[in-house]
Amino acid sequence: MRSSTFRRSRRSRRFVACAATAALATSLLAACSSDDEGGSAGDGKITLNVGTFGVLGLKQAGLYDEYEKSHPNITIKENVIERNDAYYPKLLTQLQSGAGVNDVAAVEVSNITEVVQTQGAKFEDLGKAKGVDKSTYLDWKWDQATTEDGKTIGLGVDIGPTALCYRKDLFEKAGLPTDREKLAKEWEGDWDKYVALGKKYMDKAPKGTKFVDSASSVYNAVFAGATERYYDKGGKEIYEDSQGRKNAWDAAMKVAQGDMSAKLKQFDPTWDQGFANAKFATVACPAWMAGYIQEKGGAEGKGQWDMAKAPTDGNWGGTFLGVPSAGKHKKEATELAVWLTRPEQLAKVFAKQASFPSTPSAYDTLKPSAATKAYFSDAPITEIFADIAKNTPSAVYGIKDAQIGQSITDIGVLQVEQQGKSPEEGWDAAQKEIKDVLGQ
Amino acid sequence: MTHVSETAEYAETASPGEGDAAPAATGSKASRTPSPWRSRLYRWDIKASPYVFVAPFFLFFGAFGLFPLLYTGWASLHRLELTNLDDSTWLGLDNYTNLLRSEYFWNALGNTFTIGVISTVPQLAIALGIAHLLNYKLRGSTLWRVAMLAPYATSVASASLVFTLLFAWDGGMVNWLIGSVGFDPVNWRESSWGSQFAVSSIVIWRWTGYNALIYLAAMQAVPHDLYESAALDGASRWQQFRHVTIPMLRPTILFTVVVSTIGATQLFGEPLLFGGTAGSKGGADHQFQTLGLYLYDQGWINGHLGRASAVAWLMLVILLLIAAVNMLIARRLRKDR
Repeated sequence: MRSSTFRRSRRSRRFVACAATAALATSLLAACSSDDEGGSAGDGKITLNVGTFGVLGLKQAGLYDEYEKSHPNITIKENVIERNDAYYPKLLTQLQSGAGVNDVAAVEVSNITEVVQTQGAKFEDLGKAKGVDKSTYLDWKWDQATTEDGKTIGLGVDIGPTALCYRKDLFEKAGLPTDREKLAKEWEGDWDKYVALGKKYMDKAPKGTKFVDSASSVYNAVFAGATERYYDKGGKEIYEDSQGRKNAWDAAMKVAQGDMSAKLKQFDPTWDQGFANAKFATVACPAWMAGYIQEKGGAEGKGQWDMAKAPTDGNWGGTFLGVPSAGKHKKEATELAVWLTRPEQLAKVFAKQASFPSTPSAYDTLKPSAATKAYFSDAPITEIFADIAKNTPSAVYGIKDAQIGQSITDIGVLQVEQQGKSPEEGWDAAQKEIKDVLGQ
Repeated sequence: MTHVSETAEYAETASPGEGDAAPAATGSKASRTPSPWRSRLYRWDIKASPYVFVAPFFLFFGAFGLFPLLYTGWASLHRLELTNLDDSTWLGLDNYTNLLRSEYFWNALGNTFTIGVISTVPQLAIALGIAHLLNYKLRGSTLWRVAMLAPYATSVASASLVFTLLFAWDGGMVNWLIGSVGFDPVNWRESSWGSQFAVSSIVIWRWTGYNALIYLAAMQAVPHDLYESAALDGASRWQQFRHVTIPMLRPTILFTVVVSTIGATQLFGEPLLFGGTAGSKGGADHQFQTLGLYLYDQGWINGHLGRASAVAWLMLVILLLIAAVNMLIARRLRKDR
């Protein structure tokens, strides 16, 4: 008798276990398909996800906190991916599948043309959103994010007016002028003059230092001022004969072959260390780089860095904020995106992070934080960047700009700089890589 | 304690032998059980439960294994771009023929092979040696064994980051060391053999301990009297290792070779992170771009998903070939014995 009850209880227990397993399996499968509820918690509270790469500065400037305070029903969560080359494919997949999209998504300027041309239908039209005033944004910035039929899918956050940052202490030791006005005059208008100064620096370079961090940095800085880039207005690739590309390439080659670069790869850990250990005297300095230098250079770099206008004015980098149509809270997300990109908000980001606003109406009120100002030896940061931003030539961006640029710097320039190949070999390799990228 | 007895019971009833015996057992009990539906339920339970228990695996395999496999196969025959998944054009085998014509593909295949060899061979040899040493009576042996597993427990990301800094060409510790012996610094990331060696060293560092523990487990199953009689015959430690340990470990060694080969073919995280920014290119000259990196570069950086799928299927074919070769060798070995 005892054994039989035991058996029965065992049997029923097994039945329960069995049912539980089945239930578990179905609920797991169900969980995969119905995660739409994640955003709202039932009590009217909404979580808005903001997808960004690198340091956009919105969070750092306290804008999320401020918005949450004035909108008690909204919580903002920022999903950051360090590098754009990892962030961008993910953004594309999310847009394609419509699942897991961020309510607000950042787009880098080198990807914006591809997004506008291929993903336009998957974004909300922010040009028509309430409270958006087209006239507050830079025209070219606005146009970059606008489709042919006039739909604006992204609002400009920052742009990348590019100056040159240099270390006064190293310049002084190498017997070069350290005054920012004097330097800007010395290399004004021509990157060859900058390279010539590099030669002078290398003659008396303090031990263990080089003139510039990398040849790619020079490539990007020169290219930032190009009117002719990788594509023509019709969307045809012209990277082979583009004058802007050629100028940038030649300058990078002079730096690489003149042994003026510290041969670091930008955004690598060793590059970060290079800032901390003062391994190089100059670095191309788009506005967003200023925050980076401060962070990586640490306390020892304070007051040693200074900033001067580069030989040519240009724009390197910048970001847009868009609202994917697949998002759960489009209305709230649009409101947030509009609010975040208003001139007064972007001015706060500049104060904190030195990222430069794409809204000229904010320029008069811009003030870098005291710390940033002190870090760059009280250079008139705002005036320098604003001046560059005003003089930046309008440029045509293409659909695969990012990948073409990456092929040139990470294959072509690097082969010459680090593997000791000839510029011809480097360019051949870059060209082959670009063909592969374009699927030709 | 009840948990233990429960699992034991499940194991007992779920074993195939029990299934045949069950009807007889319930039959003898039928006279005692009042309702017949109960026994039917019981029979059904015994037959069906095992399937219910294994079902989750197959459901998940279907969703996350089989479906992607088939979809990838479909994609590899089309032009499919990451920017527009709804639009695909039939290409037939074009993706494959393009790949076979692409020098990057062959380069990646070659790199996968060389990096695989220079990481797997030393790794298994060292693991065998370490396992042999750990097999001796040691003070604090558990501590040593746990320590062996520490690199394996480290994430690829952090290990690769540390190695990237060690192998930094300017100011890295490795160059500092060889510099102090009087050699010129090596640009580990941009030289062809240097970069492959550096990537291999990350793999070796991470996986040696893991393999050593597998060998150790197998070694402990070797009957001790074999060693005793070998010792009586005057065999030295080294001779014992060669003539007793290695032959007894043959199936285990074969297993680790297969697993490591698969791992080497799919090598991805280490070279990607070692490459730093734009790591998917595997260096300026693609000098350490493995097949896994090439796939990622094609699919996620360049956005050619169709082509990336073709790479994935070619990798599968390569793995099947390797498995076939392994099987042949294994059969050979068995015959030899």
